[in-house]
Amino acid sequence: MAFWRQPLDTQEIHITKGLVTIIEDRCKGCGYCIEFCPTHMLAFSDRFNKKGYHPPQTSRPDDCVNCHYCEIICPEFAIYSVEAP
Amino acid sequence: MKPAVRTGNHYITGDVACAEGAIAAGCRFFGAYPITPATEVAEHMAERLPDVGGTFIQMEDEIAAMASILGAAWTGVKTMTATSGPGFSLMMENLGLGVCTETPCVIVNVQRTGPSTGLPTQTGQGDMMQARWGSHGDYELIAIAPSSPQDCFYHTILAFNLSEKYRVPVLVMADEIVGHMSEKVVIPDAREITLVSRPRPKGRKDRFRLYQPGPDGVAPMPAIGEGYNVHVTGLTHDERGYPVMTPEAQEEMMTRLKGKIRNNLDDIIRTEEYRMEDADIVIVSYGISVRTGLTAVDEARRLGYKVGLFRLITVWPFPEERIHAIAARVKGLITVEINLGQVHYEVERCAHGQAATYLVGDAGGKIIHPDKVVSLIQEVFQP
Amino acid sequence: MSANTQPGIDHQGAHPLDDLIRTDRIPHIWCPGCGTGTAFSSCLTAIKATGIPYNQFTMVSGIGCSGRAAGYIKIDSFHTTHGRAIPFASGIKMARPDLNVIVFSGDGDLFAIGGNHFIHAARRNMDMTVICVNNLIYGMTGGQVAATTPSKAKTTTTPFGNPDAPFNLPLMAYAAGASYVARWTILHVRDLTNAINEALLKKGFSFIEVLAPCPVNYGRRNKQKSLDTLRLYREKTIIRNGADPARADIDFGRGVILGTFIDRDRDTCDELYDATCRRNED
Repeated sequence: MAFWRQPLDTQEIHITKGLVTIIEDRCKGCGYCIEFCPTHMLAFSDRFNKKGYHPPQTSRPDDCVNCHYCEIICPEFAIYSVEAP
Repeated sequence: MKPAVRTGNHYITGDVACAEGAIAAGCRFFGAYPITPATEVAEHMAERLPDVGGTFIQMEDEIAAMASILGAAWTGVKTMTATSGPGFSLMMENLGLGVCTETPCVIVNVQRTGPSTGLPTQTGQGDMMQARWGSHGDYELIAIAPSSPQDCFYHTILAFNLSEKYRVPVLVMADEIVGHMSEKVVIPDAREITLVSRPRPKGRKDRFRLYQPGPDGVAPMPAIGEGYNVHVTGLTHDERGYPVMTPEAQEEMMTRLKGKIRNNLDDIIRTEEYRMEDADIVIVSYGISVRTGLTAVDEARRLGYKVGLFRLITVWPFPEERIHAIAARVKGLITVEINLGQVHYEVERCAHGQAATYLVGDAGGKIIHPDKVVSLIQEVFQP
Repeated sequence: MSANTQPGIDHQGAHPLDDLIRTDRIPHIWCPGCGTGTAFSSCLTAIKATGIPYNQFTMVSGIGCSGRAAGYIKIDSFHTTHGRAIPFASGIKMARPDLNVIVFSGDGDLFAIGGNHFIHAARRNMDMTVICVNNLIYGMTGGQVAATTPSKAKTTTTPFGNPDAPFNLPLMAYAAGASYVARWTILHVRDLTNAINEALLKKGFSFIEVLAPCPVNYGRRNKQKSLDTLRLYREKTIIRNGADPARADIDFGRGVILGTFIDRDRDTCDELYDATCRRNED
């Protein structure tokens, strides 16, 4: 028994899926995308890029909703998302 | 729109003649800040510019006035400002930016006596070395010294032409007397005035390199919005205009910045001679002091001395070779200037010990009386 | 699986803003965690969103870390002298009023050495967008006290804490006559982008203050890592559009007001010049 009403269009709302692209060698490892991703689908990788930073990787790629927040907070033009095909 | 060239005979001050020269030269943007004795240049430009499709703006200080004319110059227009000593000091910062970014513009300095607020606002020629070296770093620019309101008209046009041709700030080093004195100024028909415009880029925009020089060492200059997507910086930069922080890039840039002036001295330097043919004593002067020199030549000649006058129209770059050659054939060189020795030391350097050098200077505030020059001649030379 | 073949990793790079940046100059000079990059990226997104052709924009910067922005945008751009971006940009605007002029610079550049130019451009309602990356410090020179450094903060030139009070930038912009005044942080980057977009389309002098961390030269001496600063932006800010700019001083203890403070209409400098000085004569 729920105390809230089920929105009538729940079945119709389609959550967008996104695909994140990381331009690893531009990354300086600030971690903003990882910290502030609303679905927490990014994590630091173990790899080093050519500047010696750990770029992010998609730890749970299916969780991306293509909100672009990582893309717009990234100070390095190093990450962006597109709608998943 | 009103005619840009006010052809005819006028009785106007040097300051107004500078403004009329600028408009005749095609100047369409003036960034101002009031200062005696240069204010009248601004006042006249404020009145004239909107009628010829130009823009006048009085900025909050001379730093801003100088910055505004650099910015405006990159939109493709010819730009100018005018000031005097204290304002000239404030302009030095952005004068350097103009040199480094190769931005054509003209700065009129109607000199008064310093240092600091000095003797407002009586005449002086004490900013000549500041004109040459006032901004930090090593560089070349062009400075011209008018001696009359008529000169103010033509020399301002000359300043624009040289500035556009060599993409360098050009200084018109007038002084309070020239600026405030009214004399007859003949403004010719517009067709008789030769105008030069900055070299313009041709060819593919995506391959354009901002500082790739032409044969004379000067690079073509695009205007904002033409699609060349240039980056212009006061940092040491390469041919693309991109900052490069290496001594090698610095050397390459400086070689070209200095070279475009040093390799074109014959085209840039203008001098005049008066009764020099048989002279064995030569007065070297510029600006208002040329008029002292002219009278002194005639007076000394009357007393039996073979005196001539060598006038620097272009003070910077300095006509080193000419002075050196003159020094080889005369007994003495006398520099007349309203300071206590600035251009005099340049004359001394270029004379290189071949002739005696003397200074007839003045601490400032008045034109030098010709008698002072004649007295010196009588004191040290035999007729 | 090697890094090169892992899905979602593109080593070639085709960032949506690549057409507006000089990719041959990337990576830029800004330190890891510096907020300037985000503010700059936001500005580029806002430019893009206007739909106006890029060559109708020009960017002018002064000196300092954020002053380097002009060097990374692929439009006609000018990196000028310290504090002088606004008068340089004013020259551009008055000579070519059809251009969209953006000044992108830092707090030290715009409000200490360039403070006089700022107030006069606002007074004249010079039609330009001024974006100030406010990191509360002189970053490029190594962390000296700025006109925006909070009282008591430690910097290399206030080793015992800053004895002075900082400027309230939105209040100053408003008092001087700006048409549009907003403040956001780099964490509020969507709002920031919308604000810059609005400012670009707004006629008159628009000012946007962007709070941004300087983790190396401010944060380090004040026990704030860049992520701490962003958490502070999340927890200690209050969004209040239309707030009185007099209440906009930066006090994270009390809460910092963000939003659009001012959005008003006034004739611009170039319009007034044309109307006042250009006499139509036949």
